[in-house]
Amino acid sequence: MSLDIQKIRNDFPILSQEVYKKPLVYFDNGATTQKPQAVIDEEIRIYSKENSNIHRGVHYLSEQLTQRYEDARKVVQQFIHAGHDHEVIFTSGTTESINTIAFSFGEQFISEGDEIIISTLEHHANIVPWQMLCERKKAILKVIPINDNGELLLDEYENLISQKTKIISVNYASNALGTVNDIKKIIEIAHQQDIPVLIDGAQIVQHGEVDVQELDCDFFVFSGHKIYGPNGIGVLYGKEKWLNKMPPFMTGGEMIKKVTFEKTTFNELPFKFEAGTPNYVAAIGLATAINYVQNIGLEAIAEYEKDLLDYATEKLKSIEGLKIIGTAQEKVSVISFNLENIHHFDAGMVIDKMGIAVRTGHHCAEPLMKRFNIEGTIRASFSFYNTKEEIDKLYDAILIVKQMFG
Amino acid sequence: MTLNERQDEIIEEFSIFDDWMDKYNYLIELSKDLPEIDPKYKTNEYLIEGCQSKVWLFADMEGEKVKYSADSDAIITKGIAALLIRVLDGQKPSDILNNDLYFLDKIGLQQNLSPTRSNGLLAMVKQMKLYAMAYQAKMEK
Repeated sequence: MSLDIQKIRNDFPILSQEVYKKPLVYFDNGATTQKPQAVIDEEIRIYSKENSNIHRGVHYLSEQLTQRYEDARKVVQQFIHAGHDHEVIFTSGTTESINTIAFSFGEQFISEGDEIIISTLEHHANIVPWQMLCERKKAILKVIPINDNGELLLDEYENLISQKTKIISVNYASNALGTVNDIKKIIEIAHQQDIPVLIDGAQIVQHGEVDVQELDCDFFVFSGHKIYGPNGIGVLYGKEKWLNKMPPFMTGGEMIKKVTFEKTTFNELPFKFEAGTPNYVAAIGLATAINYVQNIGLEAIAEYEKDLLDYATEKLKSIEGLKIIGTAQEKVSVISFNLENIHHFDAGMVIDKMGIAVRTGHHCAEPLMKRFNIEGTIRASFSFYNTKEEIDKLYDAILIVKQMFG
Repeated sequence: MTLNERQDEIIEEFSIFDDWMDKYNYLIELSKDLPEIDPKYKTNEYLIEGCQSKVWLFADMEGEKVKYSADSDAIITKGIAALLIRVLDGQKPSDILNNDLYFLDKIGLQQNLSPTRSNGLLAMVKQMKLYAMAYQAKMEK
């Protein structure tokens, strides 16, 4: 099925503007995606007509919005194919989701000398919470190495697993390189030793189908704003059997069943992990975004974005002195590169002035940059609203950069 | 030339550019003319933190005047360093501390001064003023 890109672009009001008197080319989708009018309208409608705090009021608006919030949870449940809607917890984003699990799982299951496995490809958000946990509990952090293409070395991974391994946390797709990991295999290997696996799905859900039951992952987390939804909303999926055994991370609000000054009992799932007033507006906005993406079709999106990635890879590869960092077999539509003898910052400054939004720097993955012995890269990350013509503009901009700094 | 006369001179030079590319090309030219920093100051000790590009900055006193030298691994950043040095180098610490660097706004670099932009301009200005402050204190002793 082919996509009607012009029609799709019209759904995203931000895309029609100019920056520096040039049509905006938005290639920073790995950092955040733009919002379709449907999502913007939904948020405006809620604040204009439906707003009320949820779960607490007995009045009309509260009841209506509580229902919509719980419907949004079901949309997410169906989207990732979770077994139960109470296994879907709304958080502020991937970072909060990982922090919640690292703290809560850590409190319950990690003790001195235990081991936690992450990978070289991780974003700081999937490194630091585990590092902090290791410091608190005197546990040990182990890291799966990668090859020069930016692919995880699964043999090495198997060797890292020991009797002491308590949890494994890896991303599905790398934000900095685009590598798609063989998550299924990683989970299978871990489960042979009954070790739970957390999948950071921040860079995958916007690019293709995810089925947490088929993957059999124990935790799966992602952010709303990276899948065309609002900011400040994210998802923590966890298997009921784990979540029930884990203590709350934050306390207060709807997550509590009964409080006396002597003792507090906590509410059941999913509320146990949703302290305070949840961001119900953004949660409903996220459901709208998911519906939008599903209407276009994740398969069609994946196919179109792969075509864009292949086109960009071929085109950029033809530029002398351009080196693509991250050449894995399986990639999402992210292309990270450097230009010989040109600082990524200089390149980024000039590309920006051509109206093209790319990201430069270490992409919150400093250890990964160190692995490649570089300070950073220039990263273009594509969405289904991008076009080959836009990639041509990036190509032209790179030639100008080369001329200026070469 | 006073510090402000130097600022005005730069504003004059930049006034002919109506395009960012021209400004960048000019900064690239300036970066080439920046005298090399003594390699012994190109170490982590003199590295300014918080920039996407690396900036090394050193200052010394020559009589009553501050002498600056700098380098960067990014060319645009180095060009910006060259501009700052052109304005502040050879000035008295008190003049460096008491004068506003208005030329940055006038030539359109002010937006690069925001702390969220990681090009090091803000950090460079801060560090240059810190050196001036230290030498001022030393002179008063």
